[in-house]
Amino acid sequence: MEGVLKVNKSLCDVCGTCVSVCYVSAIVVKEFEINIDNEKCIKCLNCVKVCPFEAIEEEEK
Amino acid sequence: MIKQIAPYYDVVVIGGGPAGAVTARYAAENGASVLILERDREVGIPVRCAEGVSVTGISPFIEPDEQWICTMIKGASLHSPDGNFVEMYNNGDGYVLERRIFDRALVDLACSKGATILTKADAIGFTKNNDGEISGVQYRYLGKNYSVNCKIIIGADGIESQVGKWAGINTTIKLEDLETCVQYTVNNIKINPELCRFYFGREVSPGGYLWLFPKSEYSANIGIGICGIETKPNIGPLYYLNKFMEKNFPNASVSYTVGGGVPTKHGTDFVADHVMLVGDAARQVNPITGGGIVQAMIAGRICGETCTKALQANDFSKKFMSEYEKRWDKVLGANQRFMYSVKSSFIKMSDKKFNSIVGAVKSINQDELNLHALFKVALKEEPMLVAKMATSFLASKIKFDW
Ligand SMILES: Cc1cc2nc3c(=O)[nH]c(=O)nc-3n(C[C@H](O)[C@H](O)[C@H](O)COP(=O)(O)OP(=O)(O)OC[C@H]3O[C@@H](n4cnc5c(N)ncnc54)[C@H](O)[C@@H]3O)c2cc1C
Ligand code: SF4
Ligand code: SF4
Repeated sequence: MEGVLKVNKSLCDVCGTCVSVCYVSAIVVKEFEINIDNEKCIKCLNCVKVCPFEAIEEEEK
Repeated sequence: MIKQIAPYYDVVVIGGGPAGAVTARYAAENGASVLILERDREVGIPVRCAEGVSVTGISPFIEPDEQWICTMIKGASLHSPDGNFVEMYNNGDGYVLERRIFDRALVDLACSKGATILTKADAIGFTKNNDGEISGVQYRYLGKNYSVNCKIIIGADGIESQVGKWAGINTTIKLEDLETCVQYTVNNIKINPELCRFYFGREVSPGGYLWLFPKSEYSANIGIGICGIETKPNIGPLYYLNKFMEKNFPNASVSYTVGGGVPTKHGTDFVADHVMLVGDAARQVNPITGGGIVQAMIAGRICGETCTKALQANDFSKKFMSEYEKRWDKVLGANQRFMYSVKSSFIKMSDKKFNSIVGAVKSINQDELNLHALFKVALKEEPMLVAKMATSFLASKIKFDW
């Protein structure tokens, strides 16, 4: 499945942990929200693994 | 342009945490004009921290004030997976802080030396001049984009740091060098308010530890960090923390929940032309304890002093400002590398090993039990490793060799 990553806002704490493990800078904190650029994302799933609240979900395109 | 904000500052600091505040203070103290940009609406909030520091660690930076001292810590207990524990005193005192007030006090100190702060200001990139040289910072404030010119940009923007990336410094953290954390602030418990507790073991907190830092006799920060390579779907820090709470404090009520990440390996580069990184942005955290407040302040002081020298010399090249990196290495580098090597073995330790070490340490008479005694016992059990790890929990081994 070629999915896209989405942040579940009701789980996300905007803690920035996911940002720190992304090699391609596909995630940033932007005005109090986490923003994932799926064009840049290489689907390594590092962010998914370290999110303390498991707020990053893979969805079908 | 925003009223009160000038078009130019010598130094623009991105991030108003301890690293940014202390850097700003030492730069401003020596005459630099300094602007701090902070994304959040208020300095110090949200608190993503267990709030534990050693008294000797922070005393060079700020006069103690009961407004931000929540509890005085006299000792620590180390708990092995089998439920055994050992209490240790005689290792120097600690504080559990009120960080929202503490962080603000550090910023106030910087402002009292002449720095300016703007909150709700989210830095979004650099500006460059016609030669492609960095000339300032772009930021968003109340829905609009602004820019401010400067000579030096300080990336004090925490775990989520972008400043290093903008400057071409690789700050990405490997999963094995990251602790993923969740913390509850709880009340309705009954604890010794002078004792910090640490719980170890793969069952409890794989590749990390679980902490209880008292905020009073009835409340505490209880949190956990597990290594980034140890998570599985639905089995992350929250799972382990809830398991612990059910077992140990089933009646606790949770008044505050936060997540966060702690880097356990410092970055290799802190400096680029016109740019310096400090604190969590430079991954300057104690690899074993995860403590980063004191490290951020030490680095902040050196970084702030380097700003002064660069401004005097009118030289903002990576080469010139690398003096910061060299001084940091002299004060903290060896300690950090040593701790990191200990941590690398620590995260692989078996529960059996934890049990036998705590068991052996228990046989020491309480009056004689200090880190030195613990060191001797643990050395027998696990040569080289564990005692040194324990040493780092309480004693600040850092020499203040400015
Ligand atoms: C769960 C947990 C428990 C911890 N417990 C302890 C402990 O007990 N003792 C200890 O010493 N350390 C502890 N730490 C580590 C400690 O919190 C950090 O090391 C410390 O806060 C680092 O300070 P800093 O100034 O580098 O970063 P921070 O305090 O994170 O400050 C960074 C600031 O930059 C701002 N920012 C980020 N990006 C931008 C931008 N683009 N524009 C404007 N502003 C921006 C952020 O809003 C933030 O205010 C803990 C960490 C966690 C996650
Ligand atoms: S790690 Fe999870 S909770 Fe933290 S900012 Fe990223 S998505 Fe949100
Ligand atoms: S999956 Fe990997 S590349 Fe994609 S956003 Fe997450 S960390 Fe970045």
